[in-house]
Amino acid sequence: MTRLINKKPSRITRLLLGLLPFIVLIVLYMMASQARLVDNPNDKLLPAMSSFVDAINRMAFEPSRRSGEYLMLADTLASLSRLAMGVGISALIALIVGVANGMVPFVRAPLSPLVTALSLVPPMAILPILFIVFGLGELSKVMLIIIGICPIMIRDLQLRTDALPPEQILKAQTLGASSWQTIIAIVVPQILPKLIEAVRLTLGSAWLFLIAAEAIAATEGLGYRIFLIRRYLAMDVILPYVLWISLLAFVMDWLLRKLSQHAFTWYHTAQGDA
Amino acid sequence: MATPIIQAKDVWKEYGDNVVLERINLSVMEGEFVSIVGASGCGKSTFLNLLLGNESVSRGQLLLNGDILPNEPGPERGIVFQKYSVFPHLSAVQNVMLSDVFAQSPFVSRLFGKEKQQAYTQAMAMLDKVGLSHAAHKYPAELSGGMQQRLAIAQALMKKPKILLLDEPFGALDPGIRKDMHKLVHQLWQEHKLTIFMITHDLSEGFSLGNRLWVFDKHRHDAQHPERFGAQVTYDIPIAKDIQNLSFTEDMKPVIDASVA
Ligand SMILES: Nc1ncnc2c1ncn2[C@@H]1O[C@H](COP(=O)(O)OP(=O)(O)OP(=O)(O)O)[C@@H](O)[C@H]1O
Ligand SMILES: [Mg+2]
Repeated sequence: MTRLINKKPSRITRLLLGLLPFIVLIVLYMMASQARLVDNPNDKLLPAMSSFVDAINRMAFEPSRRSGEYLMLADTLASLSRLAMGVGISALIALIVGVANGMVPFVRAPLSPLVTALSLVPPMAILPILFIVFGLGELSKVMLIIIGICPIMIRDLQLRTDALPPEQILKAQTLGASSWQTIIAIVVPQILPKLIEAVRLTLGSAWLFLIAAEAIAATEGLGYRIFLIRRYLAMDVILPYVLWISLLAFVMDWLLRKLSQHAFTWYHTAQGDA
Repeated sequence: MATPIIQAKDVWKEYGDNVVLERINLSVMEGEFVSIVGASGCGKSTFLNLLLGNESVSRGQLLLNGDILPNEPGPERGIVFQKYSVFPHLSAVQNVMLSDVFAQSPFVSRLFGKEKQQAYTQAMAMLDKVGLSHAAHKYPAELSGGMQQRLAIAQALMKKPKILLLDEPFGALDPGIRKDMHKLVHQLWQEHKLTIFMITHDLSEGFSLGNRLWVFDKHRHDAQHPERFGAQVTYDIPIAKDIQNLSFTEDMKPVIDASVA
């Protein structure tokens, strides 16, 4: 008999098995919701599916009565642009500082201890400071994301740079490379796929910091909306918003993976996951 | 008298209390092919690193063309390691073009137009010489171990180094491929008038390839403090490609085998 650890589901079975837990969860929810609504038709905790459809319709496909905007679209654009700015700036800083720390001892000596110290500061604890210093505008939200994820990304890329075989750096020098050429032609191209991995891993934290900042001070954004309507116990809006955020996070991760596979074929060939 | 290309004058290398090499005195003329054998851990790679400029001597002097050897790697000394000698993010032909790219594009490290075409043509000619023209557009991960080492040699030769350092370049290859590689290195040595230092664990490789064989060994052993004494070149054997010398080397073989083992 084949051992359990050697049995593999076929493609279609795997797909069905993957869907199964979701279907079970939805069915369980519907049963629980039904039971509560029978007891009390005004129950807000577990709304019926029809309330979700209404809420999504209202938020996504009808202009708001107050501002004339499509709220979900406006919230999404606001959140995504903050996230993109925060993550993009962090990635750029991390690439520059991480590689410089890894390659240039005279940069590493002053910067590396600073980065380590910064990465130990709990970002949420300095959120009030950010609001005081940068005001309640966009800057402080983007700053919170950067402070939250940048030090980890820097340290990750520094380690990745250190982990490049020293043979490669020596070889480049025997081929006549200057320090700059070694960095720009040998190190950076090999660190870029690692940068994408670092972004994928820190994206979750970036969302966390974004929503936290929006919850406290914002006038639009996905996090802002959730915390605003929490006052009315509007689960029919909160739950779709949470699912929407998860979907956005999933799509971003997927896009980054595809981007990496497309742009760094050599890397994925070597890793055996092309 | 001509200046030796490499000269060691009473060279010592120590890591803390660990004496790795002691009292090395040697001189090597341009065009020589030195094979280096010795027990594992006796300091062969350390010696090669001294020649590369990656490590510096603790005492004594190491001279390159009569001047103190620079304390960092340079274009006149090419190297091929046992592994990690080629760049995984560049295709075979890009790997070989790299030295031209470095020479001609100081800032962006990228060639365009005519310059690129020229570097490409030269790289393809070199790939052809090492028998890799059919794999020019593959990445190193798609090449076999032997192909990667041939690529590494081709890449190193593009810079036209005077000296080629080989640290067990064929150690990981199977015997059949190793024979081909020997032929290739021998041919390139004569064609490019290289001075070669090659570390090997395979004694017959050492005998058949070069014109000189060095055996690194400790001349004194201290059982209590194995780190107290460093290795020296205990045999420096000229190898001529004729019959008398072959019989001489056959006589020497058991002696050397004993010190290498
Ligand atoms: N960077 C270093 N720091 C401290 N000790 C070192 C360093 N490099 C080498 N050594 C020591 O020097 C000695 C010689 O090492 P080396 O790598 O030169 O040996 P080797 O002859 O090349 O051996 P092998 O045949 O296994 O490659 C070893 O005892 C090693 O521990
Ligand atoms: Mg070695």
